[in-house]
Parts: sequence; C-alpha cells; structure tokens
Amino acid sequence: MDAKRRDFLKMAGLSALAGLTAPAAVHMLVNKGPFQANAATAAPVGEAGEGGHEAAPATGVRLGMVIDIKKFGENQELARQCIEACHSIHNVPDYGNAKDEIKWIWTEDYEHAFTDQSQYKRNTTLHELPIMTLCNHCDNPPCVRACPTQATFKSKKTGAVLMDYHRCIGCRFCMAACPYGARSFNWRDPRGKDAKGQPFIKHLNADFPTRTRGVVEKCNFCAERLAVGKQPACVEACGDTGALVFGDLNDPSSPISKVLAENFTIQRNAALGTKPSLFYII
Amino acid sequence: MIEKALSGSNRYWAWIIFLLAIMGVGGMFYVQQWNYGLGITGMSRDVSWGVYISQFTFLVGVAAGGLMLVLPYYLHNYKVFGRITILGEFMAIAAVSMCLMFIIADLGQPTRALNVLIHPTPHSMLFWDMIVLNGYLFLNVVGGWGVLHAQYKGLKYATWLKWIVYLSIPWAISIHTVTAFLYCGLPGRHFWLTAILAPRFLASAFAAGPALLLFIALIMKRTTKFDVGQEATSKLVTIIGYAALINFFFVACEMFVAYYSQIPGHMHTLDYLFWGLEGKDNLVPWMRFSVFGGAIGIALLFLARARKTEVGIMVACALIFVSLWIDKGLGLVLGGFVPSPLERVTEYYPSLPEIGITMGIWSAGFLILTILYKVAIEVKLEKEA
Repeated sequence: MDAKRRDFLKMAGLSALAGLTAPAAVHMLVNKGPFQANAATAAPVGEAGEGGHEAAPATGVRLGMVIDIKKFGENQELARQCIEACHSIHNVPDYGNAKDEIKWIWTEDYEHAFTDQSQYKRNTTLHELPIMTLCNHCDNPPCVRACPTQATFKSKKTGAVLMDYHRCIGCRFCMAACPYGARSFNWRDPRGKDAKGQPFIKHLNADFPTRTRGVVEKCNFCAERLAVGKQPACVEACGDTGALVFGDLNDPSSPISKVLAENFTIQRNAALGTKPSLFYII
Repeated sequence: MIEKALSGSNRYWAWIIFLLAIMGVGGMFYVQQWNYGLGITGMSRDVSWGVYISQFTFLVGVAAGGLMLVLPYYLHNYKVFGRITILGEFMAIAAVSMCLMFIIADLGQPTRALNVLIHPTPHSMLFWDMIVLNGYLFLNVVGGWGVLHAQYKGLKYATWLKWIVYLSIPWAISIHTVTAFLYCGLPGRHFWLTAILAPRFLASAFAAGPALLLFIALIMKRTTKFDVGQEATSKLVTIIGYAALINFFFVACEMFVAYYSQIPGHMHTLDYLFWGLEGKDNLVPWMRFSVFGGAIGIALLFLARARKTEVGIMVACALIFVSLWIDKGLGLVLGGFVPSPLERVTEYYPSLPEIGITMGIWSAGFLILTILYKVAIEVKLEKEA
C-alpha cells in the first residue's frame, strides 16, 4: 500500500469516528447550556475556561444584552448590586485609586457613555441616570484585531470577546484599540495587599482564577457561568426587574430579540463599525 | 574589527563609563519595575502607553532616517556620502536596538514576549512591526558590518551584500509605515485616525535621523580626525531642512482638517496639546516649543549653511531633533490618549523609575552607537590614510 492511500484510509477512519461521536458531543453541550428551552434553534453556549481556541461548529449564536436605563434610574441600588456581584465573583481587585483601577462593569453618566450623541438640551433626568457600562462584546472587535497573540479572541460558540490571561503579554494594544474603555490592566499584583495589610481582593472566590500582574482583563460575559447553565452575574443580580436582558441576538424567538423588536434602543458609538452587542433603552 | 572599539583615548573611556553608569541606574530601576509591575510608572487605565512606547515610536523614525544616506549612495551612486553611509546604517542598528528594549520595558509580561512568534497573528499590526523591526536590524547588521569589514580587509564587498543593502531601502520605509499603522488603524482614537500619519512619520524620520547623525558627525570632526566633509554636510542640511519642512506642512494639514471641519473629536487632542483641555495642559509648553523651536531650527539650518558656521548647523540640528522628539516622542503617542474615548481628560506624568529606565535604554543605545561609530571611523581613517 502506498503512502497516499494509507493516509487516505487513516483520514477516512478518523472522519468516520468523528462523525459518530460528534452528535453525542453536541448533545452534551446543548444540555449543559442555559438555553435548553430553545435547544432546537439555539446552540451550545459556554466556553471551556479561557483557553478555548479550537475551532467550534459554526452555530451562529451571538450573545447580547439590553440595558434598560430607566429601570436603573427607578432603583438606584440596582447598578451597585450588579457591580458588586460581578466584581466579587470575578475576583476583581480594588486598589482604591483611579490610576490602578480595574473594572469589568461600572456606571457612567450619559455624557461620557454616549460621546457621539448630542448633549444639547437633553432632558435633565437623563443626565442623572447611571448608565451601566461594560465590554460591548463587539461583533467586529478592534481589540481582537490588534492583539498580537490572540490572547483576546471572539468565541466561536457565543460571539463573546474573551481573554486568555496566560497568553497575554501585556502590550496593552487592545486598550488603545478599544473605543469603549472596557479594558483594564493589572498595573500591580492583584493578589497583593495594601499598606495596611488589607488584600486587594476582599473576598476571594476560589471558583474563578485570580489574575497575574501585567495582563489585561475585562468582562467575559460570564463565560464560566454560562458553561454551567447559569446566567451572567449582573443579569442574575437584576432578578426579574428586566433591567438587563441577556440572550442570543441571532435567535428570533429569544427574549432579547423580542425586547429589541419592541423598544427603541441605541448603541455606544455604533458609527465606528464595531457592531456592539449591547443595546440601551433610553 | 571590533578591536578598534577596545582601545581609545581617556575621553573615549570616560564617555563609555558615563553611559555604563546611567545604564546601571536604569537597570536598577528596571529591577524595581520587574518586582512591582508597570504600576511603578505614571501610566494609568486611561493613558495606557507612556514614554516607553513614545520613545519606541520616535526611535523607529531615527532608524528609518538612515535611509536618507543609504539611498543616495547605493541607488544614485552619490559618492560624497561614501564615508558616512555606514554612519546611517550603524545609527539604524542602535536605534532599532533601543526600540526593541523599549518594547520589552513596556510589556506587562516580558517573559511571554515570544508568544508573538508562537502564535503568529497576521491581523495584528504589532506582529508585522515585530517582523519589520527585527528584519531591519538584521539587514543593517549584515549590510553595514559586511561592507565595512570588506573595506577593513581591503577587499571589494561581495555582490550579495549589495542586495542586502538594496533590500534595506524599501525596508526602512516599511518600518515606519507599519509603526504608523499601529496607531492609525484604531477606531475611536481620532487623533491617530488619519491617513497622513505614515507619511508624516516618514517626513519626521527623514529629518530627525539625519539631524542626529549630522550633529554627531560634527562632534566627531572636533574630537577625532574624521571629517564628514563640506559637500556631504551641505547635502545633509538640504535633506534635514526639507524633510522637517514637509513634516510641519503635514502638522499644518492636520490642524486645518480639525479646525476647519470643526468636528469635536478631531479638535479635542489638538486643543489639549496646544491650548489645554478642561484646565489640563501639561504638554502645552512642550508642544509650543516644538513648533517654534522647529521653525527656528529650520531657518537657522539654512542660514548657518549660507554663513558656513558649523556651530550654527549643530545648534539647528539639535533644535530640529528636540522639536521632532517632542512632536512624536511626546505629543503624538500621549496625545492619542487625551481625551479618553469616554472623553475624560487624564494627564500623564512619567515617574522617576520610568524616566530612569528610559534614560538607561537611551544610554544603552548610545553605547552601541559609540562602539559602532568608533569601529567605523577607525576603519575609514586607516584605509584612507
């Protein structure tokens, strides 16, 4: 048997094996995901940790979020709860100064969140509302384009923009590239303590990795929670207020698609062509 | 050939020890940075690149500036540059070395630097920058050293070396073009988002590189027997002067587009750099000096040539070099971060360790330059004698 023929047979055998096992693998993934109800249309959701670089089946899921500004205005505590839930679950350190600050989700005023919108004669209430701000999980992310090591990448399974903290070299090109200020850098050791001996991470969550000094981090749309069938921490913190609606933008029957169909929403600086996956009901 | 750098006057050794001392200080500060993290610098969440990256950007220009000597000599057979072409190539080696050191100093995880090779990413401009910078270093080391070594041995250099030198010519354009592409392809940073950035980088490079070279050459004329020559000096003055003029023309074009269109995003950074924004104005005196110092430098340069005053030419070269260093080494990189994409004005001041490391790297670059120039002029003088 010549080499070519042997290779062909090997390939054929492997393909057959893959074909036999693939449906089972997909089935497992589907039942693990949070969208069991839509299993027929929605696809496996969830990332196996941060290192998922392998090609995934093109499922067409694109996770997105609708943020209802009015609901955050009605309940001013809500924003704080979201931030607290996210930052404590993800071991986000608090250095108590703006220079070293790391944040995954935070509030901005309207003027700074929507720099491309006219501020002239805006209704006064809008200026007082806290605007929840986090990574836009762009469909066309400039940070992913800029990263020289693919340490930040778009998940093929969910469309979310994720980070591999073990690959990041800390060049901060992604921070220059992000038009939304969503990225933070670990200027110092987040596992350390301040002068008074207080740890920067107040309550360590052993289920999520802490980061090392010298890498960039940001919101990961709670990939680790989606993988075990939970909602993102901020969405969970909002409970049934409807302040945050999370789901698959590509699924026409998903709750988020319905909210988007029924409401006027705007996006942050959409003119840049980044195609954000976050929408704001103003 | 390297033995030429191992013997020299007391003044030569004093200069070497001086550079080594600053390198030592820089090294100690780097240890501090290594232990603490980049938080030891003045950089912040809003201004996430500082003097390291701005020095890198400026020095890519100094490296590319060597082209202005190599091109006339090798492509146009301009014999007058025969003695100093090697100075251009060796300056490129020193400048690119500094660039690489500044990049490493700026990395949060320097031990992972090779990830750029392990996970090659063609859609990242930094990947291409890594290729063109290291390639340019290689071409100049092989081309520059090879041609000089042939002369040292009293031989005609090998034909293949000529092709290395030829290749280095478009390569010089590429290093500064790709470096500009790092900046001008980023959405949301209006100040950088301009198609004129790469041409502007090249114009300032072709002024700053030869200005530094001529300045050093005229110092060497005073301290050694190496004379760059009247005609070469005059030609370099023409090159520096016109390149600097083109650079300032480009700056004026940027100003026109911003202030005539009145688009706020285009005006903000220029406002910050030249007039101050929301009461923050720490770069204003620098940027104004850059414009006026540059203008005076260009005028003085041509005037000094007409009057044949070497001191005048040296002062003019220094003024133009400093002006372009501020323009690109401070304003261009730092300005891009102010205001932030969320239109917040955060100012940046480099910290003491950061300045120490920066000076250490500059000293390391000048040490490389000194050693290479020592070898070059000794060989040239020996063979011409």
